[in-house]
Amino acid sequence: MELNVNGKSHTVDVEDDMPLLWVLRDELGITGVKYGCGIAQCGACTVHVDGVAVRSCQLAAGDVDGDITTIEGLGTPDALHAVQAAWIEHQVAQCGYCQSGQMMQAASLLEGTPTPTDDQIDQAMSGNLCRCGTYPRIRAAVKTAATKLQGA
Amino acid sequence: MGKLKTIARRTFLIGSAAIAGGVAFGAYVVKRDPENPLTAGAAATDAVFNPWVKINAEGITLVAPHTDLGQGAASMQAMLIAEELDADLDQVTTIYGPPAAAYYNTALAAEAVPFRSNDTGFAAETMRDTMGAVMKVLGAQVTGGSTSVPDSFDKLRQAGAVARETLKAAAAEETGLEISQLRTERAAVVLPDGTRMDYTALAATAAGLTPVTDVTLRDPSEWRLIGKPVERMDIVAKSTGTQTYSIDLKVDGMVHASVRMNPRKGAPMIGFDASVAEGMRGVSQVIGLPYGVAVIADNTWRAFRALEEIEIDWDVAAYPAEQADHWAAVEASFTPERLDKEWRHDGDVDAALDGAEVLEAEYRAPYVAHQPLEPLSAIVNVTTDRVDIWASHQLPRFVQQRVAKKLGLEAEQIHLHNQHAGGSFGHRLEFHNIDVTVDVAREMPGTPVKLTFRREEDFAQDYTRQIGMARGRGTHAGGQITALDLDIATVSASRSQSGRLGAPVPGPDTQIAAGAWNMRYGIPNLRVRAYAVPELAPTSSWRSVGASSAGFFAESFLDELIHAAGADPMAERLRLANDPDARAVLEAVAEMSDWGSPLAPRKGRGVALVTSFGVPVAEVVEVTDTDDGIRIDRVWLAAEVGRVVDPVTFENVVAGGVIWGLGHAMNSEITYADGRAEQDNYHLSEGMRLHQCPVIEVRALENNPAIRGIGEPPVPPAAAALANAIFAATGTRLREMPFFNTVDFV
Repeated sequence: MELNVNGKSHTVDVEDDMPLLWVLRDELGITGVKYGCGIAQCGACTVHVDGVAVRSCQLAAGDVDGDITTIEGLGTPDALHAVQAAWIEHQVAQCGYCQSGQMMQAASLLEGTPTPTDDQIDQAMSGNLCRCGTYPRIRAAVKTAATKLQGA
Repeated sequence: MGKLKTIARRTFLIGSAAIAGGVAFGAYVVKRDPENPLTAGAAATDAVFNPWVKINAEGITLVAPHTDLGQGAASMQAMLIAEELDADLDQVTTIYGPPAAAYYNTALAAEAVPFRSNDTGFAAETMRDTMGAVMKVLGAQVTGGSTSVPDSFDKLRQAGAVARETLKAAAAEETGLEISQLRTERAAVVLPDGTRMDYTALAATAAGLTPVTDVTLRDPSEWRLIGKPVERMDIVAKSTGTQTYSIDLKVDGMVHASVRMNPRKGAPMIGFDASVAEGMRGVSQVIGLPYGVAVIADNTWRAFRALEEIEIDWDVAAYPAEQADHWAAVEASFTPERLDKEWRHDGDVDAALDGAEVLEAEYRAPYVAHQPLEPLSAIVNVTTDRVDIWASHQLPRFVQQRVAKKLGLEAEQIHLHNQHAGGSFGHRLEFHNIDVTVDVAREMPGTPVKLTFRREEDFAQDYTRQIGMARGRGTHAGGQITALDLDIATVSASRSQSGRLGAPVPGPDTQIAAGAWNMRYGIPNLRVRAYAVPELAPTSSWRSVGASSAGFFAESFLDELIHAAGADPMAERLRLANDPDARAVLEAVAEMSDWGSPLAPRKGRGVALVTSFGVPVAEVVEVTDTDDGIRIDRVWLAAEVGRVVDPVTFENVVAGGVIWGLGHAMNSEITYADGRAEQDNYHLSEGMRLHQCPVIEVRALENNPAIRGIGEPPVPPAAAALANAIFAATGTRLREMPFFNTVDFV
């Protein structure tokens, strides 16, 4: 099947029901997307399909019907997305393992809700687990990113 | 040296007997420094000044032997070296280096002795020195016990200073100038005329010199990095998805694997039927192991899916199958036979309680899983004379020795490539991933095997926090606490863990009553006794270890007594505090939280003070009793740590510790049914999610000369401060974690 990931087309030979997560990680070697729980409880595997955040552990490869963006496609160290720049500014990460998913979720939130309230941030981000407890900085970074995107 | 190591190990084991018996190995052994592991394989032009600094024409490499589990250890260690080296963090690279005796942890000794951390008397100090020497002879390279900062603080600054002075000597040799005419900045020696000689260019000359070891460390007023806000070295990688963890690594020729082990932890497998799995796409092999089955496949998910299709017959657990029997074993352990140690007895508790009106209460702390977000994994390649392991571990030398023993090789043949971890909280002190992956990889020599645990498997095999109970009895008079008697019974996580390490620790477990017996209060009649429940399900060190349960027990019961006495929880604690640091952290949180100011209806504040790992931490929690449940509004925390090295990470890790303590006290437990943990993924053991997270304000106090670590100490007061706040708001006293079994949280 054909998958468009981060603007690049890939042909993969996998079962229709292989979760997108494992196509990305093991077949295409795109490892910014993380395996955390496998049942959509932690959000570490969050990617965008046509700009909308989805849990790639729950999306079968055969059901992908749009362009996929992973954290690597959101921005790079040399060309940061506003969310990533805010994450660096607030030094959000501790272990960092959940943060790809957190940033993809935040970017998707800000795409649809450019100036989220505290409640909207809490609602949008509560599906993403952080075992280190970086939540206070995630909240602050989402707000900073919103401001950055408004000014852009 | 073999015999000396045996003696050292024995001294380590007997602990308290070390003082009575004297140090069994000569001072010359202790003085002799372990071999520098960087010397092996170094070129003649590589300057290896000590085990922590290597400079050559290509660059500056710093060895940061403490594993970075997310707590920022790599940056912290680099800061300490770079401070004295006169380099900036953008000019250096950190590596873990090989497992080596040179990276022994001296600071661990402080927690291994049965003395209060603020006891600087002769016996306590002598024993700490003795245990420090033992760690050195054993070469105990350990990340844990909140010791990374205290272990590194002097050692790594010294390492940087030695390198700097040796580079100046090299510049003096090349230029003929006096050393006193030279200065250093940004990784260069600067000559009087302003000419810069980069360290990398001086390395070849420096490599030929004997390192200059007579160095003076800088006064704190001269520090450029320590205590200043700097950018974590890994922050860009961790904000762009480019940080790799062991689960992300790929090795040429590698196969994927996963495993199902007996969910009745530690028990064997009776048999299995893999006929369906063997025919599944991508599956190349099914390997039966004494304790489970592994699948080899060409993709992680294919291995996961095949595992689900294997019928397995599991043997029964060695521990009670049902949770009620675990609690029954705890309840039955408050007996003279199970008394592990009476840790403290001030005054005469029995006399004080005799005939008085006694307040009694009982508390419970459940098993809780670690479950860092990166699942356990490892890559192992076994060949006839060499084993390579890619994994993240807190005990690199134990990994090396364990695998060597398993395979009949020498420790030097085991090459552990330690990795940044996606969290640990104590989980990576255990060896599941190492043992299983080695067992699988030895079946296919020369083929690197990457084995990844399914989350469900990781939960099933988690060696949890200890389970325990406490029974408190106390009295008050005239609005003051007059007697507090606390009996604590838990399984010994330390014994469970050290038993698996092959180094069983006889004598009392210092953790069962940690955070309780060392309370910094002068209560006229105070007794704390620890009872050891016989081993049940395996347990291990869980962020803050014993204090996570004992701190909850002690500060909850004290709070009950204070309320019964009609006193103010803050004022009475301040009155009882018998140590300047304890008083200072309480005063700080009282001021930060504006303690005593009026609160709206259905709001409440609670306070707790627990000292663990040498750090007194006071926390105030403020909650609201809403129509939908309890909401945690705010938390204020003050901790006495001596010195903050990295303030940006400090605040992050401390807030994370509060969230860890609160979230698990609210929402998490592991219970057993049919010998298996009933919680197999995050929906059944959530910790805290973002919508429940309060606003957290952190203050570090730097009054005490002792430098302390902060990874664990914020955890223990959180549960008690929350329970105390909920009582203040609702009148409901929570005596059993997790609290969600009793109250709702929004």
